Amino acid sequence: MSGACDSCLRRGYLIGLLSARIAGLVGGPGAPSELLALDDVSLAAAVGGKGEQEALAFLGRFEPRRARADLRHAGVAAVCQHHESYPTSLEDLNDQPAVLFCCGRVELLSAVEAEPAVTVVGTRDATPYAIEVAHDVGRGLAVAGITTISGMALGVDGAAHRGALGARGATIAVLAGGPDVAYPRRHADLHTQIAANGLVVSELPPGQRPYRWSFPARNRLMAALARMTVVIEAGEASGTLITADFAQDLGRTLGAVPGRVSTRAAAGSNRLLREGAAVVRDASDVLDELFGIGAGRSASVRLTEPELDPIERRLLDGVESRLDIDGISTFAGLPINETRAALAQLETRGLIRRDGLFGWERARPSR
Amino acid sequence: MLSVLASVPTFALEGVDAREVTVEVDARRGLPAFTVVGLPDTAVREARERVRSALLNSGLEFPLQRLTVNLAPAWVRKAGASFDLAIAVGVLTASGQVPADALEGIAVSGELSLGGALRPVRGALPIALGCYAAGLRRLVVTPEIASEAALVDDLEVWAVPDLARLVDLLHGRWTPEPPPADVSRPAATQVESPDLADVRGQADARRALEIAAAGGHSMLMIGPPGAGKTMLARRLPGILPPPTIEEALDITRVQSVIGNGSGGLATERPFRAPHHTISAQGLVGGGARPRPGEVTLAHRGVLFLDELAEFARPALEALRQPLEHGSVDIVRGQIGLRFPARVLLAAAANPCPCGIGGERCECGVLTRERYRARLSGPLIDRIDLVCQLAPLPALALASDSAAGESSDAVRKRVVGARERQATRLVASAATCNAELTTGATRLLVPLTTRASRPLAAALDAGVLTGRGHDRVLRVARTIADLAGKQKVERDDVAEALGYRAVAPGRTAAA
Repeated sequence: MSGACDSCLRRGYLIGLLSARIAGLVGGPGAPSELLALDDVSLAAAVGGKGEQEALAFLGRFEPRRARADLRHAGVAAVCQHHESYPTSLEDLNDQPAVLFCCGRVELLSAVEAEPAVTVVGTRDATPYAIEVAHDVGRGLAVAGITTISGMALGVDGAAHRGALGARGATIAVLAGGPDVAYPRRHADLHTQIAANGLVVSELPPGQRPYRWSFPARNRLMAALARMTVVIEAGEASGTLITADFAQDLGRTLGAVPGRVSTRAAAGSNRLLREGAAVVRDASDVLDELFGIGAGRSASVRLTEPELDPIERRLLDGVESRLDIDGISTFAGLPINETRAALAQLETRGLIRRDGLFGWERARPSR
Repeated sequence: MLSVLASVPTFALEGVDAREVTVEVDARRGLPAFTVVGLPDTAVREARERVRSALLNSGLEFPLQRLTVNLAPAWVRKAGASFDLAIAVGVLTASGQVPADALEGIAVSGELSLGGALRPVRGALPIALGCYAAGLRRLVVTPEIASEAALVDDLEVWAVPDLARLVDLLHGRWTPEPPPADVSRPAATQVESPDLADVRGQADARRALEIAAAGGHSMLMIGPPGAGKTMLARRLPGILPPPTIEEALDITRVQSVIGNGSGGLATERPFRAPHHTISAQGLVGGGARPRPGEVTLAHRGVLFLDELAEFARPALEALRQPLEHGSVDIVRGQIGLRFPARVLLAAAANPCPCGIGGERCECGVLTRERYRARLSGPLIDRIDLVCQLAPLPALALASDSAAGESSDAVRKRVVGARERQATRLVASAATCNAELTTGATRLLVPLTTRASRPLAAALDAGVLTGRGHDRVLRVARTIADLAGKQKVERDDVAEALGYRAVAPGRTAAA
């Protein structure tokens, strides 16, 4: 399934070796595409100084056999650009990685080849609304058999992965550090789940920490791997917009989810819509973009509506509209003590849940 | 005359108690000298100068003898000027200017001015209580604090304005007026405290306030700035039952120690709202010379922590013990002190950093999570009730409708609920439902199968932990008490479940 030729493997480890020095060379935001497009010796020369000597020495003494043993030991597979599993979509990049280091189900790389995949990205500090939409899109795509690609970041990324995993769908996390490094640490559990049920890939070798430059570099891979990129929510200065730029440059379809026009967190994604990105309300909209409207793919998830009496219905509507308790009480026509009691019962039935200390929100039936 | 030994009882404040200190004065022939021993601080040592001048300016004689003053027990650190009077009386006795037997059963406490006038000391009530406990039945203090000292039954308090009068008194040439006794009982009705009728709308918070008052439960109000969290909290003392005599004495004693007393018995429960920049020491007390903290100043009343998320973690951490035990233990050097700290805790916080909350909130999930992590600190598992306040627009609408119920009406129900609790709790150490131990909760709050169903379901659904279980039971008991019900019913349990605090942390999918 996996495999990498010696020179590609050496290239992968060279990038890892030089990652700290590349960080020193890269000034602004954006991916160091010029650097990554250079061949081994030129890259070493571009780094210059001590780094160049180190790099040249490394190139001379690299032992593929030992590297492969190390990879096996770390449970990481390597797929190089000459291997049949390597996604051809990455060849659209002029700085395509020579090798992908993978944790998990490597066959998902071939699946991306066979079926269009969708990259779902967004801000880390997302609104609850964005989290909800990201989760639903991930789930809807999974139901339709589409692979969801994202970056395993906090916020939107994590929600998209979890949505896909929750529906037992395929999902790929593209990391900015080594594939075995759970970054961010708070998503260690998610990393484990994706490595077990999906796939984690990176162009950096195992054990590498991420650098500032490796995030935009990762974003170019996410954009290239997918047929379509969906921005759930992004501010004006969000790194998510880098992914959107790559997607457009590569000629991929770009979609965005409308956010409140007054919410700063959605300013970037709303601008994309204004500039012509496809409007995405749910997974069905994504499928329509990929296959044409009504092409028969369905992302609908059948939700069994629980049995509710009219008062419970109104309570639920009140919670969904995010009214405060006094508002819900008035809306449902119940005195406050009965409102509290009734809400507690709905919570116990799993229909609503505590939003931290701050009241209730509608619980999504998928979880 | 060889030497005469005089001994005069007086008191040193220790926390909110007074420890008896005996001032011994030994006068003998020799080079004139005046030494004070027995762990005195600078202020006590300076008493020599005040005593000398006060005696001379009162037309009395300062003996040209070798005077040794000992403050016993010697290991207790003595501070302040409250020993002046005892030293002066000791010197007078040792020099034969007042008859030694006139001092039988009398304690004195007061600071002296150079002119011989008596100055009031802090802690009149604890001193009087200590006096009574030490078996002394007469106490000499200044007129300013005499009525407070006279709150102690069966203690004869003599209000003496200056040293010359005291000598007259001890010679039987003068009798002081008894201190006025009419301040010694709390007024039947609560005095000026803001009324709940001023608060429009906020049904949820009002309900939580009532339950909190009725069962002594701690509460947390969540609402945007300006919704009236502080306003509601300030009305909490007014809906609590008026303090009993014992409670009023407790309150007065603390106020007296910090020099905040009204001169009589406190009639109102204290309300303390320390700023969120307060240190742990400021909150629970302490210091080289231990002072009571805010939690002690709020004893038998309300401690309100506004902007709960902004308080320093160590400060809130330090509050746990007092909230658990109703007292603060402070150890300094060889002395261990216990300050009383039985408070009703009310806290308030914004729903999120932007303060707006609800649908219009602008905060991202990470921002909110970070904020909640701060709130999830050490106090949250001590909170029984969490309620929500509506933001201003809804408030404005509500003001057109009915005015709120008055504090009097609410207090009637609270007092009723407290009486029902008192009957039930007569055999236990608790005074209200919130103080029930786990064992007592299970014993005293039995549930029918039907009533326990919401609890069982919540446990099954994983929305309630075992720890939260008892808390819900106690609140449910209070809700039933408010309704005058003998048995806790299903709706009471469900409502209590609705108000319970959930440790924040788990958020959506992030």
